[in-house]
Amino acid sequence: MQTLISISGLSKTYDGGFEALKHVDLDILDGEILALLGPNGAGKTTLISIICGLVNPTAGTVTVDGHDIYENFRVTRAKIGLVPQELTTDVFETVWNTVTFSRGLFGKNKNPEIIEKVLRDLSLWDKKDNKVMELSGGMKRRLLIAKALSHEPEILFLDEPTAGVDVELRQDMWNLVRELRASGVTIILTTHYIEEAEEIADRVGVINQGEIVVVEDKTELMRKMGKKQLIVHLQDELEAIPEPLQRYNLELPETGCCLVYNYDTQAESIGIRSLLGDMHDAGIKYRDIETTQSSLEDIFVSLVRKQA
Amino acid sequence: MNIQGIKAIYGFEMARAKRTLLQGLVSPVILTSLYFIVFGSAIGSRITEIEGVSYGSFIVPGLIMFSLLTQSLSNASFGIYFPKFTGTIYELLSAPVSSFEIVLGYVGAAATKSVVLGLIILATAHLFVPLEIAHPVWMMLFLVLTSVTFSLFGFIIGIWADNFEKLQMIPLLVVTPLVFLGGSFYSINMLPPFWQTVTLFNPVVYLISGFRWSFFELADVDVSLSLAMILFFLVLCLAIIWWIFKTGYRIRT
Repeated sequence: MQTLISISGLSKTYDGGFEALKHVDLDILDGEILALLGPNGAGKTTLISIICGLVNPTAGTVTVDGHDIYENFRVTRAKIGLVPQELTTDVFETVWNTVTFSRGLFGKNKNPEIIEKVLRDLSLWDKKDNKVMELSGGMKRRLLIAKALSHEPEILFLDEPTAGVDVELRQDMWNLVRELRASGVTIILTTHYIEEAEEIADRVGVINQGEIVVVEDKTELMRKMGKKQLIVHLQDELEAIPEPLQRYNLELPETGCCLVYNYDTQAESIGIRSLLGDMHDAGIKYRDIETTQSSLEDIFVSLVRKQA
Repeated sequence: MNIQGIKAIYGFEMARAKRTLLQGLVSPVILTSLYFIVFGSAIGSRITEIEGVSYGSFIVPGLIMFSLLTQSLSNASFGIYFPKFTGTIYELLSAPVSSFEIVLGYVGAAATKSVVLGLIILATAHLFVPLEIAHPVWMMLFLVLTSVTFSLFGFIIGIWADNFEKLQMIPLLVVTPLVFLGGSFYSINMLPPFWQTVTLFNPVVYLISGFRWSFFELADVDVSLSLAMILFFLVLCLAIIWWIFKTGYRIRT
């Protein structure tokens, strides 16, 4: 995939001296879903705000499809749709008017068919004549997405799109994001919900204290940084790891009810077969075996802790 | 140029004016009518005429200017302050619209509303007093220039204000006293010489004087000076707005 957004040496220091971004380099690929993960105050929103023109950077450059975001702001901004974190809406306007306003603001001619499609896709069609103040929180969240999509952007930024949203609506949003990606829209989302990134992202970027810690294909990241464990539930409790099994990377919990074997899936020999053979030879009987894999959340926590 | 963007902002602001018709149009018209009753009838019965013009007719340009200034300020300042207050300004800042186009949309709408209001007050005044406009073209020019200039000033206040109190402070504490002391209801020639000189430091004097000249060919100061003062203030406001967008003052972090 080609690079669509190129961020180079991007830094932002706010007036109070807080360094929100420290020399960030990042390439966002055309047609991908990139999830930016990071704890509160990591710099996710600042990064998005600079790309979208809400915040001026202290240093660095950003290009969108080869165009500088300042020199060619008309071209770059027309390609971008932004869904902000806060539920900021024109409360006195109707749904239809506020979405139509957004389309006009981005230089597009009035097109009721497009507005209707966007509202239908987001299940807001029957609310089109309602004032925004009459909508529920979830509907307002969808309305913000409708406004961002009204000018048919090629890139969509979703800043914490599912914060405070119920499970059903969250699933709907994930489906919508997948549909948008299928139609060629590049999507960048920031989130606190790691399972969200695990569920829908192609690549994951972890940002912490204003720095990009890692950007990697999600599956690759989980393969590289994830741990696999084999848990052998024993028939009889053990007090210590028997001598013949000491050569394995084993853990014995205090209860002594199971043996936990950490192994590397990329190693030439993962050693499960020989472990089970040695256990048999040592007369250790087991009643069950299970394997676990570290989640993206485990990887995220370990990355952030490591940097701290 | 993003014509659709300008149209969107302008249309959005005009739609807001329709929603708040009572506050934006009916209220100033009623207020002006009350001024006519109080000043025109009560005081007008004592001061029959000023320099050959009946007192009721004499105060019409001042009253129009009073509404024009206050409404231009409040329309434009509220127009840009409200998106800042609600946070919807993110959309404006992330859209492919230049600062010039943003100003054109907001200030254009505020000035349009003020001009319409000024003309409605003029029509209302006709119901109370006989009126003849000596220079209608100049009258419209002063009306439009003043509306645009004070809408620009209002836009600056809307950007500067970070709470509703500040939003009201300059219109109420600065502009209203200046209008009242700027010859809205009297000719500055009626003041003692010392106060005549002091009054000349009030910029509103020049606006009212020029506007009144277009009605009755009566002016407290030279018409060209009035025009020059409006243009100076217009350029000053444009320069401040240019600086605001250049630095991102209170708009972009």
